[in-house]
Amino acid sequence: MIRTVEVKDIAANIREMCIEANHFLAPDMGRALNRAVISEKSPLGRQILRRLEENLEIAAEDMIPICQDTGMAVVFIEVGQDVHLEGGSLEDAVNEGVRQGYAEGFLRKSVVRDPLIRENTKDNTPAVIHTRIVPGKQIKITVAPKGFGSENMSRIFMLKPAEGVEGVKNAVLTAVRDAGPNACPPMVVGVGIGGTFEKCALLAKEALTREAGSHSPIPYVKEMEEELLDKINGLGIGPGGLGGTITALAVNINTYPTHIAGLPVAINICCHVNRHIERTI
Amino acid sequence: MNKHIRVPMDMETAKSLRAGDYVYLSGTVYTARDAAHKRMDETLREDGALPFDIKGQIVYYMGPSPARGGRPIGSAGPTTASRMDKYTPRLLDLGMGAMIGKGKRSQEVIDAIVRNGAVYFAAVGGAGALLSKCITSSEVIAYDDLGTEAVRRLNIENFPVIVVVDSKGSNLYETAVEEYRRTEDGER
Repeated sequence: MIRTVEVKDIAANIREMCIEANHFLAPDMGRALNRAVISEKSPLGRQILRRLEENLEIAAEDMIPICQDTGMAVVFIEVGQDVHLEGGSLEDAVNEGVRQGYAEGFLRKSVVRDPLIRENTKDNTPAVIHTRIVPGKQIKITVAPKGFGSENMSRIFMLKPAEGVEGVKNAVLTAVRDAGPNACPPMVVGVGIGGTFEKCALLAKEALTREAGSHSPIPYVKEMEEELLDKINGLGIGPGGLGGTITALAVNINTYPTHIAGLPVAINICCHVNRHIERTI
Repeated sequence: MNKHIRVPMDMETAKSLRAGDYVYLSGTVYTARDAAHKRMDETLREDGALPFDIKGQIVYYMGPSPARGGRPIGSAGPTTASRMDKYTPRLLDLGMGAMIGKGKRSQEVIDAIVRNGAVYFAAVGGAGALLSKCITSSEVIAYDDLGTEAVRRLNIENFPVIVVVDSKGSNLYETAVEEYRRTEDGER
């Protein structure tokens, strides 16, 4: 049986999700921030973390976006192969949802039409859309508006296979050390290992949407997540980059098969807000 | 040390600030970020006048989200300062007194801060809702077509910042991190 879904229902969901993600912290990020306030050793670092908590309360109560950089809308859509979409193009519907969400939610319009001519599109479209066809008759939508303070500090390294695990760890630590205060620490570090050049970057982005504090099902990857989180917090960068023992709230690593000649590693950095919201329709 | 300062401030006050001071600013500041800096730079190259007299003034690197009804401004936290580094030494040499942003500055900017007795403040990145509560009014004074990137005059009240680079060139981002660093690669 084919299930029919109107694309306007997708637009309506995306509209709401853009507004929600920009005003309310995801529950996993809230828990991670609470743990950070308790364990941070620097008095100034604790003060900054408490200000971030206060900021979240004001954002939710007064409906002021958590951060003025309400991001470029990154939208992941998994469409069940037994779904028939009606009423227009899926991409147009996603962009319509973003347009409405950013206008009605008083969110900042931060997208320029051409990367070099740089004229603002004034409605925050287009979104960056990643679509996958999967089995079933449901549609899973993930909206992850991405701010560029942290996006700018993200990196990709095409390592040699001989560089191995140590090479990967060095790449991650290099990216975080270079990011320092620019990426609004405490940050979440999404890491992609494997695939091709573009697949690796996508793995890192998807890793950011994974629950903070969850771990890879692969034992050695889980160990690497834990070890890297400890090492990153040993860099001393701290909240706001003003020194401290909490530089990252989570390290999430996603992996994929790769080529015999390669070891791609992508590091996608996000601030404590790490907006990600998911709905299945 | 906690200090309360009226802005714009005089040179003596700017020079008295030390990296690590926690400061509450009240008074007037101007916003400018990437596109406004580019346009101001083009204006200066053509021997034109800046949209405001920058002498002694504080520039806040910030592009707000739109204000909801009845409020002066939307979310209003700092953006990454290093993107303005290319344009900053010239503005400091023209007398800009201070900057509010977040993140590292280039050595050229730090040298210009020292040369001119200026100061670089950081506001807490990611606290735009909280910081908006310290802004009592906002008026676009130039480059309206740039939307969020327009130049705005803001009145602020007890706006919390930390001195990161002072007029002697001390850099809190470097010194504070040393204190909590375990080793070069973070190992115990």
